[in-house]
Amino acid sequence: MNQSLLNYVLSIADSSLILGQRLGEWCGHGPILEQDIAMTNISLDYVGRARLLYQYATELEGLGRTEDDLAFLREEMEFKNLLLTEHRNIDFGYTVARQFLLDAYFVPFFEALSKSIDQRLAHIAEKSLKESHYHYRWSSEWMIRLGDGTEESHNRIQNAVNGLWEFTGEMFIITDYEQQLIDDHIIPNLEEIKSIWDQSINSVFSEATISRPKDTWFQKGGKTGQHTEQLGFILADMQYLQRTYPGMEW
Amino acid sequence: MPIDYKKLFPQETEEQNLKIVLPSKISSIQDVELILSQVTDPEIPVINIVELGILRRVKKVNDIFEIEITPTYVGCPAMGLIEMNIKSILDTYQGMKYKIITKLSPPWTTAWLSEQGKLKLKKYGIAPPLEQKRIQKLFEGQGQIACPRCNSVYTSLISEFGSTACKSMYKCNDCLEAFDYFKCH
Repeated sequence: MNQSLLNYVLSIADSSLILGQRLGEWCGHGPILEQDIAMTNISLDYVGRARLLYQYATELEGLGRTEDDLAFLREEMEFKNLLLTEHRNIDFGYTVARQFLLDAYFVPFFEALSKSIDQRLAHIAEKSLKESHYHYRWSSEWMIRLGDGTEESHNRIQNAVNGLWEFTGEMFIITDYEQQLIDDHIIPNLEEIKSIWDQSINSVFSEATISRPKDTWFQKGGKTGQHTEQLGFILADMQYLQRTYPGMEW
Repeated sequence: MPIDYKKLFPQETEEQNLKIVLPSKISSIQDVELILSQVTDPEIPVINIVELGILRRVKKVNDIFEIEITPTYVGCPAMGLIEMNIKSILDTYQGMKYKIITKLSPPWTTAWLSEQGKLKLKKYGIAPPLEQKRIQKLFEGQGQIACPRCNSVYTSLISEFGSTACKSMYKCNDCLEAFDYFKCH
């Protein structure tokens, strides 16, 4: 079994699931009905791709576990999601900013991954990319509306960007398992993705009159299982039912 | 006064009269396709999985029919139900051996929607996808999708995300009705 590939598949799956869960928390709480629906639609796309990736992961590990086992029965330190995906929603501005920073990453990421020599990953990426375009449009438009909106909305979105910035560096920090797969030409190099990400960030920030924070210290560790205290709370919410009533179905 | 739905939607009652005669036993790929054209999208019951392009191919390999399907969107909750409905209709045929295979690539596109399917969508009140109106840039898509009720193109986009993953929300500025648009994908 290729342990690096398994870790990598789990890391994208976990990022998708955790972000999907975070967006899902808005269900019934959106600022207006249409945006409530938008956030839960995007959530569903992330949960959908998490399922495809977990299914692949179960086949790679070959232990007879199911996609549900991977989502509901793993411990916090086994999760390899980006720290940014687990960040609390706080308010609509924070949610939009978090989404934009990640969408600007996932679009070039899936574009590059869709050319992988690993057919399974390439197909999942090709499918996900089409949906990420909608997400990117949604979050970019809201960045601009809020940033170039009222004084209140501008301050809130700028504040969110400042608060989230320290978690953005992790997207481009290469772990050992990623390095192995980059060397084997299975996954794309993150440098090219970084330069596209920078362009998207700069262009939308400029239209949104948001200033780009300075790159000082970046948090890391999510991709290798070291998380912020926030992940435990999401897992408690998400996993409670399966842990209390093992095997429960409806 | 009660609403006369027959007057509001005369086309719906006409449609119901067109019943397809299903084969009593399955002997060919065409039989399978005809039977599967009875499986509809649970969210949009007027359109079936052949017209939607969800059914990609039926093959016969050593007496086993291989049924290839593809999801519209990765998180579409209807896919599970569609697969279940495929099974339940095929299982009514004794001795029928089949396998359902989910294919992701090439990814589903609205270009696979049949013309008949698009017409059915419009009659049902959902504006069908228009390839030339595919949204490319930010803040685009502010109109020109014809209202399925009054055909006015004086419409505006409310949100790219609608009641299901495949639809976006529009409103007609002439008849003032909100409507769903099946977005280009």
